[in-house]
Amino acid sequence: MKIKNFSIIYIIWMFIFTIIPLALIFIFAFTDKSGNFTLENILNVGRYSNVFLLSIGLGAISTIICLILGYPLAYIISKISSSKQNIVIMLIMLPMWINFLLRTYAWMTILENNGLLNKFLSIFGIKPISFINTSGAVVLGMIYNFLPYMILPIYAAIVKIDKRIVEAAQDLGAGKRNVFLKVLAPLSLPGVISGITMVFVPAVSTFIISKMLGGGSNILIGDLIEMQFLGSTYNPNLGSAISFVLMVLIFISIGIMNQFDDSDENFDGVKLK
Amino acid sequence: MKKDTIISLKNITVSFNGNTILKNLNLDIKNKDFVTLLGSSGCGKTTILRIIAGFVQPDSGSIFFAGKDVTKLPAHKREVNTIFQNYALFPHLNVYENIAFGMRIQKKTEAEIKNKVQEMLKMVSLSGFEKRNIANLSGGQQQRVAIARALVNNPKVLLLDEPLGALDLKLRKDMQVELKKIQQKMGITFIFVTHDQEEALSMSDTVIVMDNGNIQQIGSPQDIYNEPTNAFVADFIGESNIIDGIMHDDYLVEFAGRKFKCLDAGFAKDEKVDVVIRPEDIEVTSPENGHISGTVTSVTFIGVHYEIIVDIDGFKWMIQSTDSQKPGDVIGLILQPDDIHIMKKSEHSGEYGDYSAFSDEMYEIYEENLLYDCSCNVSEKK
Repeated sequence: MKIKNFSIIYIIWMFIFTIIPLALIFIFAFTDKSGNFTLENILNVGRYSNVFLLSIGLGAISTIICLILGYPLAYIISKISSSKQNIVIMLIMLPMWINFLLRTYAWMTILENNGLLNKFLSIFGIKPISFINTSGAVVLGMIYNFLPYMILPIYAAIVKIDKRIVEAAQDLGAGKRNVFLKVLAPLSLPGVISGITMVFVPAVSTFIISKMLGGGSNILIGDLIEMQFLGSTYNPNLGSAISFVLMVLIFISIGIMNQFDDSDENFDGVKLK
Repeated sequence: MKKDTIISLKNITVSFNGNTILKNLNLDIKNKDFVTLLGSSGCGKTTILRIIAGFVQPDSGSIFFAGKDVTKLPAHKREVNTIFQNYALFPHLNVYENIAFGMRIQKKTEAEIKNKVQEMLKMVSLSGFEKRNIANLSGGQQQRVAIARALVNNPKVLLLDEPLGALDLKLRKDMQVELKKIQQKMGITFIFVTHDQEEALSMSDTVIVMDNGNIQQIGSPQDIYNEPTNAFVADFIGESNIIDGIMHDDYLVEFAGRKFKCLDAGFAKDEKVDVVIRPEDIEVTSPENGHISGTVTSVTFIGVHYEIIVDIDGFKWMIQSTDSQKPGDVIGLILQPDDIHIMKKSEHSGEYGDYSAFSDEMYEIYEENLLYDCSCNVSEKK
């Protein structure tokens, strides 16, 4: 009874800060400046398809690299003694305690034309290379900032696998390769899917990273939306329309991701739907 | 009917974190035998099983499988299969795929797999369960899937690590019968680990009683029960009154203040011995007709019979009888020569056999601890 009353607080909270803003985006996206219904904003989004493609492309590349880096690391961490596991997990989370902007600024000073990296290379007589303001720098920034979100859910999924299930597979004749392919990989899949979602979604919609590391040539969806609300091209209707389209695209991609996770929810709680 | 040896452990020593679990252990297991490793938790019985399976590497010693040294062979290359304590079924696969797992690894054809899985399902009475999710099965059904999965590769030896521990009593009894049937039908060796002495006696051809990393006795269930080699075995298998005695001569022993005829010989003159008398062998009579007499201190009805505790010169004896007695009454006991079993004194002498501290409550606490210890053990041994 009491707990039920408490839930009203959350319902009100969600209504004010989730439902209403979403509704506003929806309304803005389908109205013009004077408040009349129009599809023009949505149709105009098509003009920025190259921005969408770049965002999704860079987001996907970062996500794939995060997975390639993150899975083996998560697996190795799950193998070491549990006291060391806690230390390593803490080290992985440590950068997340530092402000996101600050971390990205730090990369600027490293990658700049007369930054730390080029200064280091000049010792060996290598001429300055322009690292910053490239899509590579944006991808690097995404990987650096979002890698923990890939490692942690995969790690959580792997440590939850009962060691006796692995032994059972070995007992039935599975060597290292088969143990991984037939047992570890499918059982850690929910973690992988959470990880991909948790990296891909913020990577696609980021604007700080591309702004600071990508220069003017790497405008992403996030930058585009920001410009409509805060920049010179003030147009909240178009901004809302872009947000709306982005949201739909993300929903679709999460839906596709969850298709790969065909397992029933009764063996693993890590699930986004 | 001499059977050949299939598994042979030679001078096996194992320790975890400096604790020696097994020391210089030697053991031969005969082909097509139903062998039970029986002992309380921490006695090393599960470790023996894990050494045979290949999950534990001994610090020293060798394992031979059908004459070949397999000490260095990894688990997935050994011709043994295991039924794990918690079954360890694959949660992401359904019943059919769980059973098919071993054959898929061996790259058998789909038709072959289908045939064999159907045959296995039939054997464990789970036909029609192919598509079921593992999590939706009862404990007994999961147990059956585990059996089918382990037998699908036609192993020469099946290892069973307390497989019935999680089942309720009735189901456990049924599964005991069924496992025994499967073993006879398949004609393969079963190595069964349990701490339940009744389970061990009812299923096995050979029982190996273990304590503290040492084998105490190897023998048929009848041998183990009727001719325990020391006080530990006598106490662990069934109920026993273990009394200090002196062997005056062949076939003549003195205990409880008088001399008895017995069937044992070959001891030194006046050697101190342990005398075992099973509670169900003692016949109750009136004080004047009995060989010895004492006062009844407690009577407990446990279903098949009464457990009567009798104080004889300060030593509490247990008697199992279908007739009840009144606490406080003096009764006489008759002991026939074949009721008396003489054992040499051992390190275990004096630890067991007196029922003065006996109560049902104590017994329950002991059983619970046993279960608790077992679950701890498994998680410790990586």
